[in-house]
Formats: sequence, C-alpha cells, structure tokens
Amino acid sequence: MSKKFVEEFKVVENIALNSSNFLIKLLSKKALPQIAPGQFVNVEVKNSKEIFLRRPFSVFEVDYTQNTMSLIVKILGRGSKKLTEAEDGDTINIVYPLGKSFSYPEKEDKVLLIGGGSGVAPMLFLAKESGLVKENVDILLGARSKEDHIDVSDYAKYGNLHYTTEDGSLGEKGFVTHHSIFEQINNYNKIYACGPDAMMKAVAKIAKKEGVFCEVSLENLMACGFGVCLCCIEPTQKGNLCICTEGPVFNIKELKW
Amino acid sequence: MVNLKVKIDDLDLKNPVMTASGTSGFAEELTDFYDVGQLGGLLLKGTTLKNRDGNAYPRMAETASGMLNAVGLQNKGIDYFIENIYPRIKDYNTPLIVNVNGSTVEEYIAVTEKVNELDKIPAIELNISCPNVKEGGMSFGISCPSAEAVTREVRRVYDKTLIVKLSPNVTDITEIAKAVEGQGADSVSLVNTFLGMAIDSEKRIPLLSTVTGGLSGPAIKPIALRMVWQVYNAVKIPVIGMGGIMNAADAIEFMLAGATAVQVGTAIFKDPFIPVQIIKGIEEYLERHKILSVSELVGCLQM
Repeated sequence: MSKKFVEEFKVVENIALNSSNFLIKLLSKKALPQIAPGQFVNVEVKNSKEIFLRRPFSVFEVDYTQNTMSLIVKILGRGSKKLTEAEDGDTINIVYPLGKSFSYPEKEDKVLLIGGGSGVAPMLFLAKESGLVKENVDILLGARSKEDHIDVSDYAKYGNLHYTTEDGSLGEKGFVTHHSIFEQINNYNKIYACGPDAMMKAVAKIAKKEGVFCEVSLENLMACGFGVCLCCIEPTQKGNLCICTEGPVFNIKELKW
Repeated sequence: MVNLKVKIDDLDLKNPVMTASGTSGFAEELTDFYDVGQLGGLLLKGTTLKNRDGNAYPRMAETASGMLNAVGLQNKGIDYFIENIYPRIKDYNTPLIVNVNGSTVEEYIAVTEKVNELDKIPAIELNISCPNVKEGGMSFGISCPSAEAVTREVRRVYDKTLIVKLSPNVTDITEIAKAVEGQGADSVSLVNTFLGMAIDSEKRIPLLSTVTGGLSGPAIKPIALRMVWQVYNAVKIPVIGMGGIMNAADAIEFMLAGATAVQVGTAIFKDPFIPVQIIKGIEEYLERHKILSVSELVGCLQM
C-alpha cells in the first residue's frame, strides 16, 4: 500500500498530437510524489450528466522541478473526448498515483519497448526513467498509419526509434510483431509492451516462446482505480486479480495468455 | 460543538456515516488516502464460507448517473479473512462490520459462527440481497419465509448486533423488513442494488457478462429514499439508509426519512474522500440549523 491522493490539477497545456491523441500537461499546487512508469491516474470528467465514473490514463511524463504531470489522452468515447476539450487554466480532478509500475531494467540489460497507439505513453516514460544508455534501448512504435503516429522524436535520445504502420506509410509495414526486430528477439533481455490487447498478446506469445522476460500493461473497464470495486479483473495464475492494484503491469508468466 | 454520535443496537458510532459493503474493500485500500478512524463504521467486502472467483469480465457498465455491477461476491472466504486480513485491520479506530453471505442457510450460519469469534467485529450485516450470484444471495431476501428463516437461524448463533441488508427488488420492502425484525434482527440496512441491464446497441450484446447486474449511484437515490421512509414507518428497529448518497445533503435526506445512520457506496469510486466530506457537511448542517445532536434529525421529516 502506498499513499494516494485526490487533487485538482490545473491544465497548463493541451496540444493535439494528431486527430485522436492529445497531450495534456497538468500543474500540481504541491510537490508531486514519486510516480513510476506504468502507474496511472484516474481522471474525473466534470460537468457531464452522462459520465459518472473517472477515466484511467497512463502517466506520460513527470517534471518534479515544475510539479507537472503529462498525460496522452486518446479519444475513445464521450469521457475521453470531453477531457480533450480542456482549456488552459481549467482544473481537472485526479486520483493518483495508482497501480504498480514496470520493473526497472538492470544496467546491462538490452531492452525492447513496444508501444501501440496511446500505449506509447508509459513506454517513453520508461525509456526516459530507465537510466539505460541509448544503445541498449530499442523503442518500437506501431500504428495504423503515419497520421496515427505521435511525433516522439524527442525520445530518440533515450533509445533507438523504430516504427511500423499497417499501411506502410511510416517504418516497416504490418503489425509491430512483423517488424524485423523480432527476427533477433533473443538479443533482448527484457521486453516491455503497452497497447491494444491483440498487440500485447502477439508480443507475449513470441516472448514466451523465446523465453524472454516480458511485462505488459493491461487496460480494462474500471470504476474505482484503487482496488475496492473489483470490476477490472484479469484471470491470472493466482485467480482473478484487479488490474488497478495488482497491475496494470503484469509479467506475462502471471497471465493465462 | 454538535454531537454526531448515533447508536445501532449495541453499536456506538462516532458519527452516522459508514461505507457500504463492496465499495471499500476490506478498508485497507482507503487507508492509502486517509485515516479510516474518522468514519462512523466500515462495512467490509461481502464474505462467503469458501473462496469465490466472482463473475466473468465485464463486470461493470457505466449508466446515466450511476453504474451496473456484476462482481458476484469475489472474495477469498472467511478463513482467509480471519487469518490474513483481520489481523491487519482489527485495530482500526472504527467499528468493522462483516457482510455475511451464503448460498444456503447453513453457509450463512457457518460464516456467522466464525465471525462471532472475532473480538473486534461488533456486528454483522446479513446480506440476503446480492443480485449478482446465481444461488442464494438475493433469493433469500425476496420472500418473507426465506428472509425469516435465514435471520432466525443466524440469530440463534449470533449475540452481537445483527443488521440485515434488504433487497429493493421486491414488491413491498416493508413486509421483508417486518419479517426479519420479527426474527430478531437488530437493524435493517437498505437498499442493495437494483436489478438492471445495459446493452451495446451497435454490437447488439449485453454490456455485462451476466446480462443483468446491480444498479447503484445517484440514479437510484429517490427510490432508495422512498423505501427507507416506508421501512422506517413500518419497523421499530433502527434503519440504515443507502442508495446513491453523494454528499451531506443526500445523507441528511436519508436521516430525515428515518435512517439512524447511512452507508456511502458508489460515491467512493468517484472520490474516496466523499464519506469524510459528508461527515463534515453534516456537522456544518447541524451548526447552521442549531441542532445539537444528529440523532434529532432521524425521521424528522415535516409533513
């Protein structure tokens, strides 16, 4: 158990990254607690008669010197759409930091980070925070087409960026698991992935077969985000576990995939 | 200084605000946010004799001003609770109440007997109203003979405060309330969730794995409030009210309708601090209206 907070953050930036993803930078009035890659926040959608529950988002970036936290918000439905309409100066109520983070790689590890869609957020956060040298980190990002990719060129300093698109408009054509990186997947000690279920399952299948350590960040419908409602379960080797407290990061060995 | 203390049978509560079962786990999760000793009481997660995995995913659907759930009493069983959870939580500075569930009368009795051995559990809430389990659960709470039978048998083995949680999914809730009062219930808590359903019209599928589930949240408040008022006027034992309470005004409405204490449930999912904000709000209300004791509000609806 670790200390959690409910706090009003001020929106200091809301930038459209592409047609469906927005980067929302939030300012805290007080010093932020330590937030680790893979942890998430549960965001209230204000002034909506239709939306009752909060919406969970991975943390993309934290700047402890400025007390800011950034989220990548992908429009998935009415709740996330309303959040992307936030304007500078608005306040957003957030429950945080929630869930377990990715395990940090060892200094000598060769790491592959795989992000699909808005799943890039925790991957880039991990790349930045891992403390590894760029040569040991490959970041593979997948999307439907070039337009769906988010510009993450700033992260080239933390790892080697690779892309796939289903239509071939950027990087190699196909799904992330079709990328040529997978031809020598045994080169990696650790694989971390976040994105659509089908993508993570395909990655997990290969990692399992090759015996490579692999952690994935799951997403599920949740009400509370801190383990009391028991709605966001994932069947695991230990029975049904809550994604919000036992995850969202799981080692694939724990899952029934 | 106003007096927030209330009494439910032998149970002394420092204030009338408790958390509803199934919405605050086994209380530990809330301690990540604040000291739960501030609360009037904690209704622990529904507990059965044996481990239950609960229902398949998806177990939750958001609805207008509320949500549906179909968790299905996922818990590790009473023995696991006693060995692993109880030692960690027993010294919280607020009454801990175990929500007892079963598929048969014998199971209710077995769980109750085990809870009876625990010094720091001053009361149980007999859940005869869970709509999300196939066997037992709500079926006990929707007919007078079965509600009477399970209450009577549990009363025989339990001498501390016995609260019976009632289902709203009945024609006349006062009949059930009177039936359990007649068998020795010390209090009734109401209401559990309303049976409902939600559909994805695009995919033409139900949104819950179980098709139907329990509706909670502000959407049910007026109906729950009506039932509390009806039951208050039908029984002599204290009524504990719940159903969509989101703020102090909601809680006060329930007390005016006849609730001696309230349970806050789904609101916790939205903000875990809501129960403590409600306590503060009730205090402010009493000061503003120059009322010395919160118990003066109970059933004081002016007609």
